[in-house]
Order: sequence, then C-alpha cells, then structure tokens
Amino acid sequence: MNSMSGDVERLLIQFRDEAGQTLGSPFDVPLDITPEKLQLVCNALLQKDEPVPLAFFINEAEVLSSLGACVQTLGLDTEQVLPVVYQPQAVFRVRAVARCTSSLQGHAEAVISVAFSPTGKYLASGSGDTTVRFWDLTTETPHHTARGHTHWVLSIAWSPDSRKLASGCKNSQDCSVRIWDTVLGRCDKILTGHTQSVTCVKWGGDGLLYTSSQDRTIKVWRAKDGVQCRTLQGHAHWVNTLALSTDYVLRTGAFEPATATVNPQDLTGSLEELKEKALQRYTKVRGQEPERLVSGSDDFTLFLWKPAEDKKPVARLTGHQALVNEVLFSPDTRLLASASFDKSIKIWDGRTGKYITSLRGHVGSVYQVSWSADSRLLVSGSSDSTLKVWDVKTGKLSADLPGHADEVFAVDWSPDGQRVASGGKDKCLRIWRR
Amino acid sequence: MNLLTSTSCDFSEPQNEHIELHRKRHGYRLDHHERKRKKEGREAHERSHKARKMIGLKAKLYHKQRHAEKIQMKKTIKMHEQRKTKQKNDEKTPQGAVPAYLLDREGQSRAKVLSNMIKQKRKEKAGKWEVPLPKVRAQGETEVLKVIRTGKRQKKAWKRMITLQFFHCFVPLGFSFHFLYCFSLYNGLRFKKAHVTHPELKATFCLPILGVKKNPSSPLYTSLGVITKGTVLEVNVSELGLVTQGGKVIWGKYAQVTNNPENDGCINAVLLV
Repeated sequence: MNSMSGDVERLLIQFRDEAGQTLGSPFDVPLDITPEKLQLVCNALLQKDEPVPLAFFINEAEVLSSLGACVQTLGLDTEQVLPVVYQPQAVFRVRAVARCTSSLQGHAEAVISVAFSPTGKYLASGSGDTTVRFWDLTTETPHHTARGHTHWVLSIAWSPDSRKLASGCKNSQDCSVRIWDTVLGRCDKILTGHTQSVTCVKWGGDGLLYTSSQDRTIKVWRAKDGVQCRTLQGHAHWVNTLALSTDYVLRTGAFEPATATVNPQDLTGSLEELKEKALQRYTKVRGQEPERLVSGSDDFTLFLWKPAEDKKPVARLTGHQALVNEVLFSPDTRLLASASFDKSIKIWDGRTGKYITSLRGHVGSVYQVSWSADSRLLVSGSSDSTLKVWDVKTGKLSADLPGHADEVFAVDWSPDGQRVASGGKDKCLRIWRR
Repeated sequence: MNLLTSTSCDFSEPQNEHIELHRKRHGYRLDHHERKRKKEGREAHERSHKARKMIGLKAKLYHKQRHAEKIQMKKTIKMHEQRKTKQKNDEKTPQGAVPAYLLDREGQSRAKVLSNMIKQKRKEKAGKWEVPLPKVRAQGETEVLKVIRTGKRQKKAWKRMITLQFFHCFVPLGFSFHFLYCFSLYNGLRFKKAHVTHPELKATFCLPILGVKKNPSSPLYTSLGVITKGTVLEVNVSELGLVTQGGKVIWGKYAQVTNNPENDGCINAVLLV
C-alpha cells in the first residue's frame, strides 16, 4: 500500500529472523528509514532487556544507508509486503590490535602452533624444538616448558575447561585416527579407513567426528562406537583443512566472550554447570539446522557440506588461484574465511556459500587466519612475515602488523578479544594488543 | 680344440672378438670353469707374495697404488655396514621445522619467497663494497676512447673512437638524446632483463634491470650505462615478495654481473644480499 502521507513514500515490511520465522505483524515504515531506526523498532518488537545491535538484509543485500536506497538498487516492488531479515550482531565489540607488546623468545626452533586457552588466560605454543611452552600473559614472560615429544610439535589443542592441553608431534604419520582417553591416558579406539595420511580431525557437537585426508576424501564417524557413517567425496586433490560451523562455540565451551573482563578469569562452577552452559551456547549458535562443514583442498576449491544429512555437497566454492591452506567459520557462523597460497583471503557466506569479497594485501602466501570473537575482524598471518587485521564488513585492511623477521606460521586471537599471538620461523612468539 | 687359454691375468683384454667367436662356436674347455675359480682363489696369495717380494722403484709405485685402493675399499665397506645396521636416531631433531600444512610440500615455492633472516653484510667503510667479484681490470679513459688523428698532417687529435666492439648497455626509458643511445643503435645491444641468482638458495630469476649502479672498469662506462663483467646493477625484485622488518615491500636490490655479456649475449648476475 503506497500512501502519500507527507512527501515520503511508505511501504510495508515484515521482520523475519534468519531461520525464516516472522516477528510481529507487517509494519508500515517510510522509505527513508535508516538502519538505526529499524534497530529501535526491531528491538522493541523483540522485547529484550537490553537493545541488541542488529543488521538488516533484504534478499541477501544489507541495508546500509536507508531502506529506500536498498529497495531501489534491488528493484523490488513496493506494493507487496517486503520481508526484512534481521541478524543480531555481537553485543560486544572487539577492537583491532595495533601494536606488538612483546616478543617472547625461548623456543630453539621455529614456532609451529599457537593456541589461547578457551578463556584467554593461558597461552601455549608448540615448536620444532619438540617442546610445548606455556606463557604467562599478564607479565608476558615464559611460564613453563613441557618436554616429552621426540619430534616437531605440529598441533596443540586446549580442552574447553582449560585444564588439559593435547599436542601432537610429527612421528606418527600413519593413516589411522586414534581416540585417546584423557583420564586413563590410553588409546580407546583406532579408526582406519583412510588410504593416505590424515590432515585434519574435528570433533562435531552432535556425536560425530570428521576426518580429512590426502586421499581426497572426508570421512564422518560416529564418535560413540567408531563406526564410519559416510564418506564425502568430490575433491580432486588433497583435502588440507576442515572447518565446522560450531567450531568456535565448541572451542570456548562454557565461556561467553561477551562476559570477558580485562583480566581473564578461570571458569568457575562444577563440571555439570559448565557442561550445561556449554550446551546452551551450542544450541543457540547451531539453531535448527544441522552443522555445516567446509573443506579446503589443494585443487583450489572449497566444498560446503551438511554431513549429517547428505553425501552430496551443498555448494562448491571456486575462485582461488592456488591451494587453500585454511578455512574458518566466523564465531557467529555467518561468514567463512579461506586463506590461500595465492596471497588473498576470500570471504563467503556461511550459509549458502556465496562469494562475498576478497581481501588482498599480502605479498606472500597466506598461511593462517583467526576471527575475533565478535566476527567483525579477521587477522591473517602470511609467509611475507606480516600479519594483517581486516575489517570484514568493509573488506578493507584495518591494521598492518609487521615485525616478524621471517614467515609467520601460526596466529590466534584470544577468545576475550584482547590479544593476538603469532609465532613464526624466526623462533619468537609475538603478542599484539590494542 | 681350444688352444687358447682364457685371459684372466694381467694381460689386457683381446682387441677383437675372436675369443668370443671361438667360444660361441666351440664352447668352453671342460674344466674351464673349475680352473677359473681356482685361479681366482689363488689370486690373493699371489698378490701378497708379489707385494712382499717386490723391491725398488717398482715396489714403491705399487705400494702407493695399493694403499690408495685399500683406503677406498675400507670406505665402501664402512658405508655398507652403516646401511645394514639400524642406527639409533641422533638426539637432535632435524632442522627446518615446518607446520603441518607445509609438511609434504617441496621447498620449490620457498625459493620464490626469500628468507629475511639472511643477514645483511655491513658496509665497513664508505665507498668500499664487498662484492663477489672485487677485482675487475680497470680500463683507463685513454684505452676506452682511442685517439684518432685527423687533418692533412695528422696533427688534429680531437676525434675519439670507442674501442668497444660489441657491448651490452642499459639505457633508461626516454633517454634519447644521450649519445650512447645513438651509438647503441649501431654497435650495442640494449638489455632490459638479467638472470639473477640468489647465492644461498641457488635459485635463478629473470628480473628487469632498473639501472647501472657502477661499472668498475671505468667511470665512463658507469655514466654510459655499459654492462660488462663485474658491473653492479640495480634489479627489480618485487616478484620475490621480500618485506623489511618495518613492513615495507622491497622492490629494488643490487646484483653483480658474473659473465661476459659481450661473449654470451645474456646477462647473468648474482644478487648481493
């Protein structure tokens, strides 16, 4: 209904959330309404205690300046009720890191893997000198060195309660996957099936385990009994990396980044309480749909799968000109970032796999990326020894962080958003802050 | 009937195939293989007998040769032994730790991304360069520009002739009024690219030349942009993707010419890191 009240046209809009559920009844708004005003209206409808920042989309296009501009560019009919999808953004805002606060020496060889604990209180790094070192973040000095491996420590992972750290070294490069019992310290199950070495293992939240390998397949296993459910085929070369949409929430567990304080605290509460909180956060992020899985490969493409449902991929994401080294979902699962050896990072829509933008600026292969906890910023480390912080919304470079003397092998953004840690071939670990 | 014995002693092999031909036609002696085996068995004893009994210059030469042979034999035996036994791994883990995503990849692409940790040599004193080819024959100006006498009585000596027969030079874009531009049209070849080798990685790239920094043969050559052996050039290294500590991209570096371009027709240089 177009009513010419005043000088401004009006039209009917219907708010809808991402899953498609409508909110309230159709609303009559002027065409020149801005996103801020839309936010007020929507928040009033949502009836939450605190206003939540929202972003509005019509047919996948974001409403930036005013509703009228968006409608015009899309060429939509103003006579019908227009569905407007609202997306709640993170309430907190992570600020871009700008300076290197310390360069931690201590490793005798290149630093290969870096990981913050789920609350951001501890930092661990694995290196080619076979040690795993723990660093104290408040004083930015070494805390403890863990010896025991016999070869390069290729990967480290924290348990969600920050109590344990698992690390893997290079010695075992067979084609099987082992599930270890952390309490008893012994191997529970051995999953065989891949014909070449396994490149990535991910625990899903629904009791599934995903493994990718150099034999171009991804296998889905039931974690309870170790039975193989599915094999996802489609790649033409080694599958390098996997990413799950619920990765970030599984990693942080019961810790909510919005409640982070300046001094990171340990998680309090009994195991049951923590598990309950973690489950709540998980179901909130996951929503109604099953988990999504993205795989990046040497054949320059990525595949988007819904492994719990179907053997066929949802979408194939092409566009890279060299092998894809790492893929990561944003913490709110809406976006996907892929880092490749062709010196660019591409951002894709996390739900459909549609290409959004490319981030260019590096002069060497991009090795690793890490999202900030509010999904607005992305940090990337590359072989040209620099790190770059990108603003994902505008697609532009936010901060350039030079300083490493040699290639940057690993980056991580702490879940409380305060620090970025990066380790590289020059054997030192750098911490960056605002 | 085979009247010839098989040749297994110090005599050199027969020069034609008559022996093989005979063997093919008539076969071997009945006891041939046995005799051969026994003779070879005796060889060690005969050898040692000779070594003990030999005297004089002959002995010296023989012993020297034998000593060298024995050393070689010992080395090969040791090598074989090492292969058979499984040694306990050294405590040191191999160098060159790489993260998991780089494990099975060759270092080929690494050659394109040069390491910034190669230390820069400090310039000790002003004007003194440490270059791979420090000594290049310097040519004075009189050598380069030969005086031609003209005039009825051959007294006028203002004309000069350049004594380069065939040279390579770099003329920057848009430099058309320089006399070398005209000269190079006749005698010289203009070159835009050089094959530059990185000394530590041993990888060679074809990089565009930005300019001639110094030609040690003569300052005249430097100003004219003539490229001979030992010339220091500035090359465009942006395709290598080097970055300084401060985050700036390096796009020019010095390289020194290592061949004689006038003989080879191309410019080979080594990068000065």
